[in-house]
Order: sequence, then structure tokens, then C-alpha cells
Amino acid sequence: MSLALDAASWLLLLAGGAFVIIGAVGLIRMPDFFTRLHPAGLTDTMGAGLILLGLLLQAGWTIVAVKLAIIAVFLLFTSPTSSHATARAALAAGLRPLLTGEAGKEKDRAP
Amino acid sequence: MYAMATFAVLVALGIALVRAFLGPTVFDRVLAVNSVGTKTVLLIALLGFLMGRPEFLDIAIAYALINFIGVVAVLKFVKYGDFAHSGEELGGER
Repeated sequence: MSLALDAASWLLLLAGGAFVIIGAVGLIRMPDFFTRLHPAGLTDTMGAGLILLGLLLQAGWTIVAVKLAIIAVFLLFTSPTSSHATARAALAAGLRPLLTGEAGKEKDRAP
Repeated sequence: MYAMATFAVLVALGIALVRAFLGPTVFDRVLAVNSVGTKTVLLIALLGFLMGRPEFLDIAIAYALINFIGVVAVLKFVKYGDFAHSGEELGGER
């Protein structure tokens, strides 16, 4: 039984780590602010979720598992909220998404 | 097992910091710092497990709370220039 738990948590941790790195690379390679919102959200939900789930399996039925669940639920609520707040603030400041094909030159009129 | 996940999170932290430095607009920086904050929460949780110290998770919870508040505070500061505004009288659009 514990072997299955170890294998599952090992897999989850690796997948979570991979998603965190994919999100970070996405943060670099995306051409425009609004496209970068997606990988940032990806790391927060998928990467963090899988890593915390992997740790949860290792923690078993203890208070540590409750704390991990609290962190996971809290991240699940606040990460979309903060991404939404950042996007609204950017729009209010006049930053417009990159719509047509001018990916080369980033039109940033924000302060 | 934890070491590899910790290494992955550390590499991602570095990459997100690069975006924080490069970011042309202030909102890219806010996004990158928010991402760095979430990764730090994961790092603290992983280190807690790596070093067998379960009380690290309390630090991770506190850090997640403060990270969110910090992002919202920075956004308000960017929008209104100071913290004194409540947002209504300046015609802050909803």
C-alpha cells in the first residue's frame, strides 16, 4: 500500500514540477502581457495543485494534510482573483491586448 | 523525490525572476512577482517535507495569504498613485 502511495506521490510531484517549469517558460516566451496571464495561471493552479496533492499523499491522515489542503484551497481561490485583478488594472491603465499579427513589436502604452 | 520537485520549483523561480526583470510594463512585473510568491509557497512546503519539519506549512499558509494581499496592494498603488484613495470619488470605474 505504501509503495503505491509513494509511487503516486512521486509521479504527482514530478508532474507538478514539470507544470511549474512549463508555466515559467511560458511566462518568458509569451509576446504580450495578456498572453502571459495564461501560463502564470497555469503554474498557480496545475503546478501547485499537483505538487500539493503529491505532498498530501505523503502526509497521510495527519494535521499536516489539513494544512496542505488549506494551502491548496486558498491558492485555488486567490490565484484566479489576483490574475483577474492584474488584468483589469492593466486594461484600466490603457494596456491593450496584442490582437493582430504584430507579435514582433510589443505595443505597450502603459505608464 | 522531494529534491527533484524542489529543484524544478527553484529553476521556475529563476525563470520567473527573469521575467520580473525584463517585463516591459509594471503589470508584467506584478504578474511575475505573484508567480514568484506562489512558487515560494511551494518551495517552503517542499523544504518542510525535505527537512522533516511539518511546521513549515504554517509559514507557507501565511506566505500565501500575504502574497495575495501584496499583489492587490501593488495594483491599487499603481492605479491610484497612493493608498489614501477609497476608489469612489476619483470616479474609479467598476
